[in-house]
Amino acid sequence: MKSFTKITSKIIPLPHIDVDTDQIIPARYLKVINKDGLAEGLFDSWRRLPDGSPNPDFPLNQDEYQGAQILLAGDNFGCGSSREHAPWALTGWGIRAIISTSFADIFRNNALKNGLLPIVVSESTQTSLFDLTEESPSATTDIDLASQTLSLPDGSSVSFEIDSFSKTCLLEGIDQLGYLLKHDEQIAAFEESRLKV
Amino acid sequence: MTNPKTLYEKLWESHIVAESDDAPSILYIDLHLVHEVTSPQAFSGLREKGLKVRCPERTIATMDHSTPTISLSLDSADDMAIAQLEQITKNCADFGITLYDAESDGRGIVHVIGPEQGFTQPGKTIVCGDSHTSTHGAFGALAFGIGTSEVEHVLASQSLLQTKSKTYEVKFEGELPFGVTAKDMILALIAKIGIGGGTGHVFEFTGDAIKALDMDGRMTVCNMAIEAGARAGMIAPDETTFAYLKGRPHAPKGDAWDAAVANWRQLPSDEGAVYDKSVTIDVSALTPMVTYGTNPEMGIPINERIPSLNTGDAAEQSALSKALKYMDLSADEPLKGHPVDVVFIGSCTNSRMSDLRAAASILKGRKVADGMRLLVVPGSETIRHQAEAEGIDKIVRDAGGEWRFAGCSMCLAMNGDELEPGQYAVSTSNRNFEGRQGKGGRTILASPLTAAASAITGKVTDPRELM
Repeated sequence: MKSFTKITSKIIPLPHIDVDTDQIIPARYLKVINKDGLAEGLFDSWRRLPDGSPNPDFPLNQDEYQGAQILLAGDNFGCGSSREHAPWALTGWGIRAIISTSFADIFRNNALKNGLLPIVVSESTQTSLFDLTEESPSATTDIDLASQTLSLPDGSSVSFEIDSFSKTCLLEGIDQLGYLLKHDEQIAAFEESRLKV
Repeated sequence: MTNPKTLYEKLWESHIVAESDDAPSILYIDLHLVHEVTSPQAFSGLREKGLKVRCPERTIATMDHSTPTISLSLDSADDMAIAQLEQITKNCADFGITLYDAESDGRGIVHVIGPEQGFTQPGKTIVCGDSHTSTHGAFGALAFGIGTSEVEHVLASQSLLQTKSKTYEVKFEGELPFGVTAKDMILALIAKIGIGGGTGHVFEFTGDAIKALDMDGRMTVCNMAIEAGARAGMIAPDETTFAYLKGRPHAPKGDAWDAAVANWRQLPSDEGAVYDKSVTIDVSALTPMVTYGTNPEMGIPINERIPSLNTGDAAEQSALSKALKYMDLSADEPLKGHPVDVVFIGSCTNSRMSDLRAAASILKGRKVADGMRLLVVPGSETIRHQAEAEGIDKIVRDAGGEWRFAGCSMCLAMNGDELEPGQYAVSTSNRNFEGRQGKGGRTILASPLTAAASAITGKVTDPRELM
């Protein structure tokens, strides 16, 4: 997994609540057997007009946001389908962090396994971030995972929560499977103990 | 005396392999269900790391999402779907996993065949790379959807890193009125608490109205727990559960059955067990439900009007206005009577025998409206055979509908069964997200009764008018 330490980026505003993973990547893109090329399907139905041409109103298509790594979204981001293709499509596009007031459980789990940082902020911070992106779209925000801090363009900073295990895995780029496999003996002992019942 | 525990807490505690202060708990997984769409990258991960599947005997695979429903042969699938189906065949052969493939009689939607074959049992932890894994909670199992990285974790270690969820009691009291079903119960709950209402929680569905449901109805309720954001939905096992499971191919037999039932009887939540949250719904006040918007929380009783644009806070108003624009529907208008192009009866929510029988009870001796496309897709090949033995296929065909082979089909439109842009569908599936049933398609979620009634009239219809 790609590690996450610090990023500095513009913020892409996506001012919708309940963004579901069918919007992040529609099912027609799920026939792949690897993780490559999924950015092509990212927000396909919002990013493209019915004739297939780019929708100029969608932020990901705007020059301003090319190369931006932070997405700012409404409440309950990533609800619906468990498809990990959603974080693969987002990271494939170059997104490294998403800021919202809440995330759907499965999406959050999937994101953390792909070096994609879900940051939960208060409603007031979310509102001021949306205001900031509107007033100065080119302003940049810093995310420092080690200190769990967002440094906003107006000079203020906000701290965010993350569990210590996920934080360590992200900072060091560790695949969580390694941790599970280290417990092989305990898993075997658990299996053994249940056979005796 | 020990503290009273909930069903969820009992399952959680009995599956903990290891706990630590600086990491999530390691939870043992009893049953891992696998399908073609969310597993290929997990198997690739095993190969790259030189790992084996730890417990092939606890792993069951099927093909359902991208399989054609117009024939049993995969020939009509597109090249990418065929490559994906060939990949799961190879993966299961290489790693020693039982696969219900295209030619298998037991093939079907993963959440339909698990219970049908008796793999799904009370007290088990069950996962699948699919959010509707919550379905299996109807048996008193702890069942939830996972991503592909976690599919790899379970294949390799038969375990998952998990944080304990909070508990949420959803009590359905009273007696269901005529023409109102399990689907209407769960749509009413989601409309009440919202699609994020259960985030971080595991639902336990309790109350007289849950006890009174058959297993098919209980599965419909648990299936859509995820649509309220819950990690899982569970129902305490009882005589209805045991009667369903007894004699299933993979259910315990003989003495093992008696021992299993004795254990299962210990699972229901203890008297006095405390939930973190609770809500009560009086089902006697419910009517058939329909959705008008682009997520499952946007639902109304069929005789009510679509909400006004000034409903809720600014973000909700903006979401409503965006949804109505996509749906090309107007605020404050009734949805009942709105023209419908397609009716889809199927999916892991509503494709079981009782769903098909309910639909057939309305379709029998009637014809679908002019121009209506009715698609009926059984949840498994076993169900298809049983329905055909009961003459349901003939009822569907005589009404002018298409009777298909088993699969996920138009629920997520991966296999060629899809809406055309702008079409309206009344669908018994679980998600009305934008484009879910085909790019530009518009979905109205409802029960099999409401769907069948709407197929006959060509409009969104209260099924009680045809019963």
